[in-house]
Amino acid sequence: MDCTNAHTLLDAYGDGELDPLRNLEIEEHLHGCSRCSQSYSDRQIIRSGLKTPSLYFKAPADLQKRIQRSVRQAAKAEAPAGWFSGSWFKIAAPLATAALVILMLVPYFAGPSSDQLLTQEVVASHIRSLMVNHLADVPSTDEHTVKPWFNGKLDFSPPVSDLAKQGFPLIGGRLDYLNNRPVAALVYQRDKHVINVLVWPSDNSAPTGGPIKTQQGYHVIRWTGSGMNFWVVSDLEQNQLAKFTELLKSSAATSPS
Amino acid sequence: MGGKEKLERFEQAVLPHLGAAYNLARWLTRNEHDAQDMVQEASLRAFKFFDGFHGVDARAWLLTTVRNTCYTWLAQNRRSQLTTPFDEEIHTVEEDALNPSALALKSGDMEMLKASLEELPEEFREVIVLRDLEELSYKQIAEVINAPLGTVMSRLARARGRLKQILCSQLKEKP
Repeated sequence: MDCTNAHTLLDAYGDGELDPLRNLEIEEHLHGCSRCSQSYSDRQIIRSGLKTPSLYFKAPADLQKRIQRSVRQAAKAEAPAGWFSGSWFKIAAPLATAALVILMLVPYFAGPSSDQLLTQEVVASHIRSLMVNHLADVPSTDEHTVKPWFNGKLDFSPPVSDLAKQGFPLIGGRLDYLNNRPVAALVYQRDKHVINVLVWPSDNSAPTGGPIKTQQGYHVIRWTGSGMNFWVVSDLEQNQLAKFTELLKSSAATSPS
Repeated sequence: MGGKEKLERFEQAVLPHLGAAYNLARWLTRNEHDAQDMVQEASLRAFKFFDGFHGVDARAWLLTTVRNTCYTWLAQNRRSQLTTPFDEEIHTVEEDALNPSALALKSGDMEMLKASLEELPEEFREVIVLRDLEELSYKQIAEVINAPLGTVMSRLARARGRLKQILCSQLKEKP
């Protein structure tokens, strides 16, 4: 080790932050180099000087009390937002839960098919993604960025293809939760319209499809292919959405995944 | 987390480190009154964001908040430039290697060492305070100043080289 190298490592050596091998090398060098060892001992003198108590500024005695007081005030000011812990909430919470359970059960007893429920869920997911400014966890127009992003987040790898050339650019991906499982959401765009494609593995290996459904002004198209369920949802005009679906189907079928 | 529980957890985790917080703020602001304000402001900020703290190292976490608060304040209140501007590259350690001087500090020289440290640019001053006064590890310092480990290492080396230079010239001027 030469002097320049040794010199840049002297501090880390003195601080005990070097690995054992480098430690040995420095020690060897210091042993044979009077200039560096002088420099090292100077640093040690400064370091021990810095440990003098007079260099450590002691907080004024009342500082802790003052801060405690202001933090407690801040905690009180936060309290209105924390009405969850209020006593009336303790009574209201079970009531609200019961009401919620009933509300959830009513449509169930009214007997919509699981398909209808899933359509509702898909539309709700689409609306949510537009509402809370949470369209994409990985905003990227590159399929080779979006696809690997799902690795380790899902137990499957969704087929991702960019359809920018065909006028439907990919703008990102996101994790979502549907049908009691985490699913991949791929986000595409056509002009100002956002298209969500929700993908998860299918138990059903036979390819199926369904007619376009419309709910709350959103169109939903679903199909099963390449072992995956695909649900496409958007406010895009029906024919264009159907065209997008065809493009997606053919690229998913030819993509290596 | 309920409000009361949050307050209790905050007081247990953070209040023990107010001394360290004050020391860092005092070195960064170089003024007792502002340092107290900084610690107070940083504590309130830390409380506000306490829900986001899941780590174990409350001291490094609080010092990070104190440091950021101080830097915001410094940017707004930087009066006449008392320190030489920060430049990683000037006064490299090699230069200091060529001029080894046998240092000997007597008890009366501590005030001079203090003054020399105050003269360093903040970026150098803070790493010395965090390492030699607060005895943080390089990893903790990296967290507090939000820089890679390698930067911590080289900045400390430069900071100490610079400190030594200032100290030596002050010792020479001493009657």
